[in-house]
Amino acid sequence: MTTTPSHLEDIKAASRFLRGSIAKGLADPITGAISDDDNKLLKFHGSYQQDDRDLREERRQQKLEPAYSFMIRARLPGGVVTPAQWLAFDAIAREHANGTLRITTRQTFQWHGVIKRRLKPTIAAINASLVDTLAACGDVNRTVVSSANPLQSSAHQIAYEWASRLSEHLLPNTRAYHEIWLDGTKLPSSGPADHLLPPAGEDRSERPAVAHFPLGEEESEPLYGATYLPRKFKIGLAIPPTNDIDVFAQDLGLIAIIENGELKGFNIAVGGGMGASHGDPTTWPRLGDVIGFVPPERLLALAEGVLTVQRDFGNRSQRLYARLKYTIEHRGLDWFTREVEQRLGFALEPARPFAFANNGDRYGWIEGDDGRWHLTLHIDAGRVADTPGQPWLTGMREIARVLCGASSHVQFRLTCNQNVIIAGVAADDRAAIDALVAQHALDAYRAQSGIRRHALACVALPTCGLAMAEAERYLPELLLKLEAQLARHGLSDAPIGLRLSGCPNGCSRPYLGEIALVGRAPGRYDLRLGADFRGQRLNRLHRQNIDETEILATLDPLFAQYANERSTDEDFGDFLLRAGVLAPEAPRTIPATVIA
Amino acid sequence: MPALPAPTIVPLPGEGPVEILRLLDGLDAPTLWWLSGYAAAQASHAGGAPRALPSAPVREAGPQERLTIIYGSQTGNARRLAEKLARDAENAGLAVRLVRADAYPQRELKSERLLYIVISTQGDGDPPDDARGLVDFIVGKRVPQLVDLKYAVLGLGDSTYPQFCAIGRRLDARLSELGAARVLAAGDADVDIETVATPWMEQALGAARDTLKAVAPRATVTALRPHVANAEWSRERPFAAELLVNQRIVSRDGARAVHHVELSLEGSGLSYEPGDALGVWPTNPTALVDAVLDTLHLDGETRVTHAGETHSLHAWLSTRRELTRLARPFIAAHAAHARAEDLNRLLAPDRNSDLAKLLNTRQVIDLLREFPAEWNADELVAALRPLTPRLYSIASSRRSVGDEVHLTVANVAYEAFGHAHSGAASSFLISRQDGGRVPVFIESNDRFRLPDADTDVIMIGPGTGVAPFRAFVQERHEAGARGRNWLFFGNRHFHDDFLYQSEWQDALRKGALHRLDLAFSRDQESKIYVQDRLREHGRELHAWLEGGARLYVCGDATQMARDVHEALADVFVTHGGLDRESAQSRLSEMIQQGRYARDVY
Ligand code: SRM
Ligand SMILES: Cc1cc2nc3c(=O)[nH]c(=O)nc-3n(C[C@H](O)[C@H](O)[C@H](O)COP(=O)(O)OP(=O)(O)OC[C@H]3O[C@@H](n4cnc5c(N)ncnc54)[C@H](O)[C@@H]3O)c2cc1C
Ligand SMILES: Cc1cc2nc3c(=O)[nH]c(=O)nc-3n(C[C@H](O)[C@H](O)[C@H](O)COP(=O)(O)O)c2cc1C
Ligand code: SF4
Repeated sequence: MTTTPSHLEDIKAASRFLRGSIAKGLADPITGAISDDDNKLLKFHGSYQQDDRDLREERRQQKLEPAYSFMIRARLPGGVVTPAQWLAFDAIAREHANGTLRITTRQTFQWHGVIKRRLKPTIAAINASLVDTLAACGDVNRTVVSSANPLQSSAHQIAYEWASRLSEHLLPNTRAYHEIWLDGTKLPSSGPADHLLPPAGEDRSERPAVAHFPLGEEESEPLYGATYLPRKFKIGLAIPPTNDIDVFAQDLGLIAIIENGELKGFNIAVGGGMGASHGDPTTWPRLGDVIGFVPPERLLALAEGVLTVQRDFGNRSQRLYARLKYTIEHRGLDWFTREVEQRLGFALEPARPFAFANNGDRYGWIEGDDGRWHLTLHIDAGRVADTPGQPWLTGMREIARVLCGASSHVQFRLTCNQNVIIAGVAADDRAAIDALVAQHALDAYRAQSGIRRHALACVALPTCGLAMAEAERYLPELLLKLEAQLARHGLSDAPIGLRLSGCPNGCSRPYLGEIALVGRAPGRYDLRLGADFRGQRLNRLHRQNIDETEILATLDPLFAQYANERSTDEDFGDFLLRAGVLAPEAPRTIPATVIA
Repeated sequence: MPALPAPTIVPLPGEGPVEILRLLDGLDAPTLWWLSGYAAAQASHAGGAPRALPSAPVREAGPQERLTIIYGSQTGNARRLAEKLARDAENAGLAVRLVRADAYPQRELKSERLLYIVISTQGDGDPPDDARGLVDFIVGKRVPQLVDLKYAVLGLGDSTYPQFCAIGRRLDARLSELGAARVLAAGDADVDIETVATPWMEQALGAARDTLKAVAPRATVTALRPHVANAEWSRERPFAAELLVNQRIVSRDGARAVHHVELSLEGSGLSYEPGDALGVWPTNPTALVDAVLDTLHLDGETRVTHAGETHSLHAWLSTRRELTRLARPFIAAHAAHARAEDLNRLLAPDRNSDLAKLLNTRQVIDLLREFPAEWNADELVAALRPLTPRLYSIASSRRSVGDEVHLTVANVAYEAFGHAHSGAASSFLISRQDGGRVPVFIESNDRFRLPDADTDVIMIGPGTGVAPFRAFVQERHEAGARGRNWLFFGNRHFHDDFLYQSEWQDALRKGALHRLDLAFSRDQESKIYVQDRLREHGRELHAWLEGGARLYVCGDATQMARDVHEALADVFVTHGGLDRESAQSRLSEMIQQGRYARDVY
């Protein structure tokens, strides 16, 4: 166990509030890359340097550097986008990026394949559409997710408002972002519409992100400090009965308690996280613990409290153990709760009862309690692209065009299941949208199998630098084979949650999949089974490092057994446990020495 | 530590060799050995001011008594072990050097005596990224026999993978196949690495002690043996060089193929200097030869005797006659055969430009198709122009590549008159397989030579014009020259045809190249060429030239060379306060003095 700060801590400390030499690196014509250190800082600005791994070896032999490009991630609290913004993003994807929009498992957009000399204009263009990318990645609070819940429109509005306020409130304060990408100019940002904002003068951290410092004022990070957080920090807000955001996978999970249309407050779950490393027993996925309840007016304070405890006690010497989940595992949940309460100056109320039905999305039109209509469309692995027979990018553009005229209630909502909801549509406008949806094969979900409707896949190859195996690109192939098996057992419509990740970092939250594949090497995966469909039980490692043939051979008999022995409405994951296919797991004991 | 120069790579200038041989004459082995060590130390001081001979013989450990540890590691395990092994060996009083695989100078392998490799397996039995190059080399065909080498391999892996420790095992097998002696069975370390690694490293340490104790310092003065350029080979008697590497070096999206070609001169005794060109005798594409035969309804087997030589017609057309380049006499002859008046008229004195256009845009086959005619085999061979060799700027320095010669070859291939056309030599080279033979000779070029080690050089080489400058930069680095090197390179697209990009980045990092300015013409709205960069950086350029820097231009003669020349004149006008005339005469003057050298084609 070491206590010397990791290299990354030094980089942050020396970065002058996240500037580093990024600007200089962007101007260097010899390479399409920037320095390693600057790459670490670039993340805080919402972008990652990557290279096309399909070409890596070929270009090495051609004596060319890797085909470097940049991924850009928007900060999109609650995943809400106006039709005008969609059109702007679509144009950016086609002009500057690889011609696709990628809906992420944290309900925002990513653009891939932006080359270095286009990076600045692209980020500027995103900001021009009143969305920024600041803190979309990096050791800070990430974009705050919230239930896309189409059922209870009012509840969704509440959740969205709080997601936005949290996101704005916890933004870094640095001006580096505007200096580097916007030539110092101030732009209004994403986040809550003005009516959500407190009157000027009040808590200045709640004024729109990119405008929230008077120029000339001494620069500082009152909340984060010069070295920001030990690691990424994620907040998610769920509205029971929908757990579409996987609230227990968040560092700070908030469960909205709504009683007859009125928001009472939030249950607090802390210490969730997915990432682990193969064969390293000192790392593991973890579900958050519910430690209490706060009323709405205390939410911002609570968030600050949790975040600053992690800021001060999180492991800064070994990034492997720097997430909040390890801080809590090591120091104990009671210690943590006490520490937070101390900072708040009040005790948390006991948690209120809640119940989740499932963590998937419901497809098709749903009428909200406000009489407006919401259409949920399934986007395979979140990739909005024009492919043969599926001109989805074009289709969504056409729909956005039509909606630009419509009422201000109309919006797009991205979901943490990588789908999109066309929300707030007036009954009379439905027909027009249905036409476009059908015309562009966006109604594919109608004919889709249960497993396809509930499949998630992370990006992985070729852009993800950490991928060990395919994920997004492999999903279509794999689904065809699984569907064939399921059909044979009459399970085509059974809703089974499948999650595919190219490595154990778990970006598709695979440890919460009823069936999950976690990449080990090209064509080889760990097969995990037995999570519930509510995001409340982790799955278990069933077979290690196997190829497709073995995966299919392992699943087929289980499908057969499920088809014959399941009780009504019994989910696949629950069944596997009841049937004793999976042994209940021994509770983990943690070697404290390795953490902190 | 800097490497000792590999044997036989240093042709010493002028009287040097003779003198040195006289000096060395009769010295005993230990002294010779010390001398070579001393020389190495000198070389390592980047050509620093000559220092007084140290009183006591101090020398760096040579391969004979040194242990080299190479590691290839993805996530650091192999590195960690290699570092430990190196530390232990050092503490045991052994001379060790530890190198990451991609930093290891491959040509030194043949002079190693004791080599340990610690390497993991990645992907699906692949090498770690940092070892791909070295593994390619060792399993490849260019690796020398290693009969004097003792070695051991520690492989890292994970037994849940089908290809358990594949890379470690492959290297272990390959090295013994190359005649090297295994001092210790290869270790296959599973994820519980230490279980296997710890005992393996103990044994390895023991083996190293014994081996290195055993070898008494032997003197090898081969490095000092003078190199006599072998008169055996010439333009007329070309050496059949084996092709070692034929690698496309523009991206898959690159419009025009450019290949990096490596040939072996081993055993030829051929020698060259940076700035020289390599002559290549092409063989015409078979398809083209057949097309000519078909068009003329001739039989390739027909025996044809011309100027005392007898070959089949096919042989004449393949390797003894130009089919891709037209010449005036053939046009005249063909005009007669075809009774093509308009073709004949082109030969009139006042039609020169039209003739030139014809020569530049048509190959023999185009003429035969356009103006059908009767030819018999003998007449045809007599009328066609004898095949001439093509020249290619040498892109390597012998100091850095030993007995190899490297070329940068742009493929000439284009559509015209409804048919695919290609260049004889470029297509010949680019289609050669590894191991194929290429008839070559050295065409030395004394007007394109590097200055002394202290003088700055400015190199302007867009497209394949960059080739000789790869040789220059290699040479200056190996020689430890202190003068600065400034390269101007240009092409169409940064992403596709930034020739030798990774090598230039490396050179900049190593300080072998001091400045690199780029012009990619089609990456933005308005075209940008090297000459624009020259103007852009006119002030510094002028300062360098005033400071005595040498100027070199290589590449396209038709456009580039002229535009660059104009830009240079502008620089003298804008920053040297000269009027246009004097700027021009200043340039001619520099050309005369050999301070401004051009190698354009
Ligand atoms: C795009 C996305 C997956 C997707 O298919 O949608 C994604 C993609 C990447 N994740 Fe993730 N993560 C994404 C959600 C997640 C989630 C799910 C969640 O948050 O609900 C997790 C698991 C939850 C958690 O954080 O524990 C997740 C855990 C990771 C980790 C492991 C973190 C850990 O502490 O264990 C890494 C690696 C790291 O941070 O060192 C990572 C890193 C990455 C990087 C940036 C790879 C890298 O660091 O170089 C991936 C970029 C790939 C690419 O080419 O786009 N990503 N990542 C998701 C973007 C979310 C967003 O919009 O912000
Ligand atoms: C000193 C020197 C150094 C050189 N260095 C290099 C080097 O480093 N790299 C390199 O690649 N080359 C170099 N060259 C050029 C090289 O020697 C050859 O000329 C070149 O490779 C073409 O030869 P080839 O046999 O392939 O084509 P050839 O068979 O000689 O020529 C093809 C024929 O097609 C015609 N032609 C070519 N392109 C077109 C077109 N687009 N449209 C119509 N007609 C066309 C030509 O006029 C010619 O008649 C150098 C030349 C010299 C003199
Ligand atoms: C993506 C990936 C693929 C791997 N493939 C193999 C393999 O094919 N065979 C093997 O023996 N080990 C394989 N391994 C295991 C590594 O060789 C093992 O972890 C080793 O300790 C890594 O050493 P290093 O850190 O020096 O790279 C693989 C590891 C990873 C992460
Ligand atoms: S899970 Fe791994 S492979 Fe997939 S996106 Fe995340 S880091 Fe990349």
